[in-house]
Amino acid sequence: MGRTSEDTNRWMLRARDAMDRAYAEPLDIPTLARIAHVSEAHFIRTFRAVFGETPHRYLQRRRVERAMSLLRSTDRSVTDICMAVGFTSLGTFSRVFRDVVGESPSAHRRRGPLPPAPSCFAMAWLRPSSFGEAPQA
Amino acid sequence: MRVPSVVGMLTGITISQIYVPDQDAALDFYVGKLGLEVVTDMAFGPMRFLTVAPAGRPDRQVLLEKPGPPSMSEETAAEVRQAISKGVAGGHLFLACDDAYRTHAELKEKGVEITEEPVDQPYGIDFGLRDPFGNHLRIAQLKQG
Repeated sequence: MGRTSEDTNRWMLRARDAMDRAYAEPLDIPTLARIAHVSEAHFIRTFRAVFGETPHRYLQRRRVERAMSLLRSTDRSVTDICMAVGFTSLGTFSRVFRDVVGESPSAHRRRGPLPPAPSCFAMAWLRPSSFGEAPQA
Repeated sequence: MRVPSVVGMLTGITISQIYVPDQDAALDFYVGKLGLEVVTDMAFGPMRFLTVAPAGRPDRQVLLEKPGPPSMSEETAAEVRQAISKGVAGGHLFLACDDAYRTHAELKEKGVEITEEPVDQPYGIDFGLRDPFGNHLRIAQLKQG
């Protein structure tokens, strides 16, 4: 292993970028480990050490973040949005959404449409890694 | 809350800064791949003051600063390098181009790490990329007006 910790971080960042980009696809650990150039066994542990959460949790938060946006900027159904961001079960989506955001998808939608640009502009460019989530228990 | 502005004091943003752990590698990327031009490359003792800008726009420079002494200890520089490689050093650059699809294709051809393919947004067409170190960039073909 001639790799420095910065090299390792950088490879993990590539896997995380892949999740940001392809969040709606059924990304599995072998695929992500391949992108990060590490073995599957090391991938989850290393990702967590670098970013402070498991790849699974990161992907869930990314999907929820996209769902938050779609709920407030489109009139698509909750089920439709759930599938569009990569969840395969409405039950899981609702549970994870509530866990991350602190309210249900429909309650979140009732907050009303997101403000128009330039706020959207800034949000799309500077997608925050934290986005008004429920406080950690 | 709206903060009242003091009128007329500042007239422009001339230099912004990002951290790069290796200034030569940064030149390979920002000049050799993105096509920015070097505006200033000067040795000030231990510090190499290196700025780049789009061709013909020396009024909008980016300082490519290497973290390290004398402005910070080697221990702190190591922390900054960690942050860069995790993509959280704050080095976001937002650049403009005339043709997002063509620029994207050219950069992809040069092996630049694209993080997001061109997307039609309300404000224009843009795509995401990273420099070799982990800094995040977006390049946009902005709509007029």
